[in-house]
Amino acid sequence: MESSARIMTVKDLRSALAAEVQREKSDPRPVLTVSAGTCGRARGSLKVIAALEAALAQAGLRDQVNIRVTGCHGFCQAEPNIIVQPLNIFYQKVEPQHAESIVEETIRRKKPVEALLYRDPTTGQVCLTEQDIPFYRKQSRLILGDNERLSPTRIEDFMAIGGWTALVRALAELGPEKTIEEISLAGLRGRGGAGFPTGLKWQLVRNTPSPNGGGKYLVCNADEGDPGAYMDRSLLEGNPYRVLEGMMIGALAIGASAGYIYVRNEYPLAVKHVSLAVDELRKRGLLGANILGTGFDFDVFVKRGAGAFVCGEETALLASIEGRIGEPRSRPPYPAQSGLWGKPTCINNVETWANVPTVINLGAKKYSGIGTATSKGTKVFSLVGKIQNTGLVEVPMGMTLREIITDIGGGIPGGKAFKAVQTGGPSGGCIPREKIDLPIHYESLNEAGSMMGSGGMVVMDEDTCMVDVARYFLSFTRDESCGKCTPCREGTQAMLDILTRITDGRGIEDDLVLLESLARSTRDTALCGLGKTAPNPVLSTLRYFREEYLRHIRDKKCPARVCRQLNLYSIDPRMCVDQGHGCDVCRRNCASEAISGRLSQAHTIDPDRCTKCGVCFDVCRFGAVRID
Amino acid sequence: MDDQVKEVLSGYQRDPGAVIAVLQDVQERFGYLPRPALSLISRELAIPLSRVLSLATFYRAFSLKPRGRHLVTVCLGTACHVRGGPKVLEEFERKLGAKAGETTADGQFTLETVACLGCCAIGPVVVVDTDYHDQTSIRKVEGIIKQHRDK
Repeated sequence: MESSARIMTVKDLRSALAAEVQREKSDPRPVLTVSAGTCGRARGSLKVIAALEAALAQAGLRDQVNIRVTGCHGFCQAEPNIIVQPLNIFYQKVEPQHAESIVEETIRRKKPVEALLYRDPTTGQVCLTEQDIPFYRKQSRLILGDNERLSPTRIEDFMAIGGWTALVRALAELGPEKTIEEISLAGLRGRGGAGFPTGLKWQLVRNTPSPNGGGKYLVCNADEGDPGAYMDRSLLEGNPYRVLEGMMIGALAIGASAGYIYVRNEYPLAVKHVSLAVDELRKRGLLGANILGTGFDFDVFVKRGAGAFVCGEETALLASIEGRIGEPRSRPPYPAQSGLWGKPTCINNVETWANVPTVINLGAKKYSGIGTATSKGTKVFSLVGKIQNTGLVEVPMGMTLREIITDIGGGIPGGKAFKAVQTGGPSGGCIPREKIDLPIHYESLNEAGSMMGSGGMVVMDEDTCMVDVARYFLSFTRDESCGKCTPCREGTQAMLDILTRITDGRGIEDDLVLLESLARSTRDTALCGLGKTAPNPVLSTLRYFREEYLRHIRDKKCPARVCRQLNLYSIDPRMCVDQGHGCDVCRRNCASEAISGRLSQAHTIDPDRCTKCGVCFDVCRFGAVRID
Repeated sequence: MDDQVKEVLSGYQRDPGAVIAVLQDVQERFGYLPRPALSLISRELAIPLSRVLSLATFYRAFSLKPRGRHLVTVCLGTACHVRGGPKVLEEFERKLGAKAGETTADGQFTLETVACLGCCAIGPVVVVDTDYHDQTSIRKVEGIIKQHRDK
């Protein structure tokens, strides 16, 4: 069958899939899989690919090796990384100058290049394969795992690893009602925040008649705005066909005629890959009228966001798709009843749609065997901040925080103490060290005063100030509040003012009472999710770290030395001369000319001129700048 | 300018529902949204100018002022924040002599911030035009500016 031919029937698709699986199997060439998502590219993976191509050409092997350019493999710490098949070797932090030795040693002699293998920093053990690396060992990469098996711009790759089998099952075997039943029985819940049961949402949209006999819509929410979360970017960049397959199954189930992917414009590579995928599907006849000859009509359109966090809220998102400013409206009516242009609309986020083919392929029974009693399946977390192994982590629901942070994350770098983990972005909260054995699922996080949100997990160590973290989030929600409802517009500003006062050393104890009361009333009265959850970072840090607030207020001290207005900077003359030989770097970098001293002599800071910007502390390589 | 805007508009079949996409494409061409372009969009799509302006000011991605030759975007997402993103921003402000949201006097650089670029594992992240710089610190700021100046 010709590679770009239209696929007209279910039978056609089945034989095309079998042909691709066979083609992949019978391809004898070794494969060099290079991670090239946004993070990989930021670290030079495109240059590595060019170097590999050149080295292979030089060795006369260009046609005998398959270079597969994929999305992100999740282990961002190790970017760019390369997996060599069939030897199954995992190379990390590859640079262009390594290309020649990879070709010579690994492709020609089938031996690993020792220097590029991952070494476990705790045991010193060298890891040959991905599965040997502690970061990957405890994960269940049901959703993300395919990223490293396919090139996101090649539909053939997706077909070769079992793509479209779920769609075929839904179309030819299950039909709409049974498909919804599978999703419900599997216990799939929304991965974007609140955890609403997906099957129930689909059923609601299916049951709601469209006014005037018009169509229904579905939406993929890819406006991944929570700072600190990027699994949706990784999925759209690395495996757009999987997300689209999920949407097509959803459309079939609820009877939608069109779907929209609302994706952040800050994710240019995701926009590009998902747009290419939609074009390809139209060309192949997998989107459009009468798909596979089954009478199923469905098309997908990509809409780019324009930099408004509030558009992640579903009613604001719909307004934005319609070409209006992204202001939320009150619910009910819910989008399932009256959504895009007043029609019943089903909105799920990227990760939820990506779970749909997995549910259909595994079957509800097997899928619901993963996770806890109420939270089924796996969840992708972005493990970032003060953690040894940063990256995207996919684990069964119910894994404890300790396993994620210690076993997968490798603990805190620099021998620092773990202090808290922030989950759920600006809507979530901080979970303290005492709760490190908490199993992570929707309910446990809510009880701990946080939430799942989209799965951001920002780890904080002893050098992180919890009052500053609360202030950071409030400054974020203040900026992103659309201004429509008063509680959010004024409440976030008022809370931010108090937090700024405290971090500047002007706080009084009554501020905490006022802060809590403002937080409660904003939570209870704001119009949409943004405002209702904006107080969470304040309430959770007050609940677990009240002592730290009090230190700022009573002693005018920031224990983590982050709140710079409370810091007093000085230079230890002995360290300055003995260690740094009066290197003068601090004086040259001081914008307020508060530092005096000559080369090779001890330097001093004039506290009256010092603006407490902290630059001297950061630039001194000898630890001579002290903070009291 | 009119021709370029009209070209963008016909790419969307003059669909009023596509007004945000039209604004995005026009901004991509000119680096900002020139006032005459907004008037033209308003006329061609039959949307009141007040509504076009409300869109152009509501969404953070739009700029009504011309921007510099290079756009420096400092990420202030949570992961970048706890790893020192704000200090990197301050260093850019000092070295460029322009605050966030401003353009340098020589028109070379516009400095902006973004709430999150989704590269949280390699922060603090700074993007200049389309080049990503990972794990930045105040020590790296001068080098980044030099690398792009007059390019």
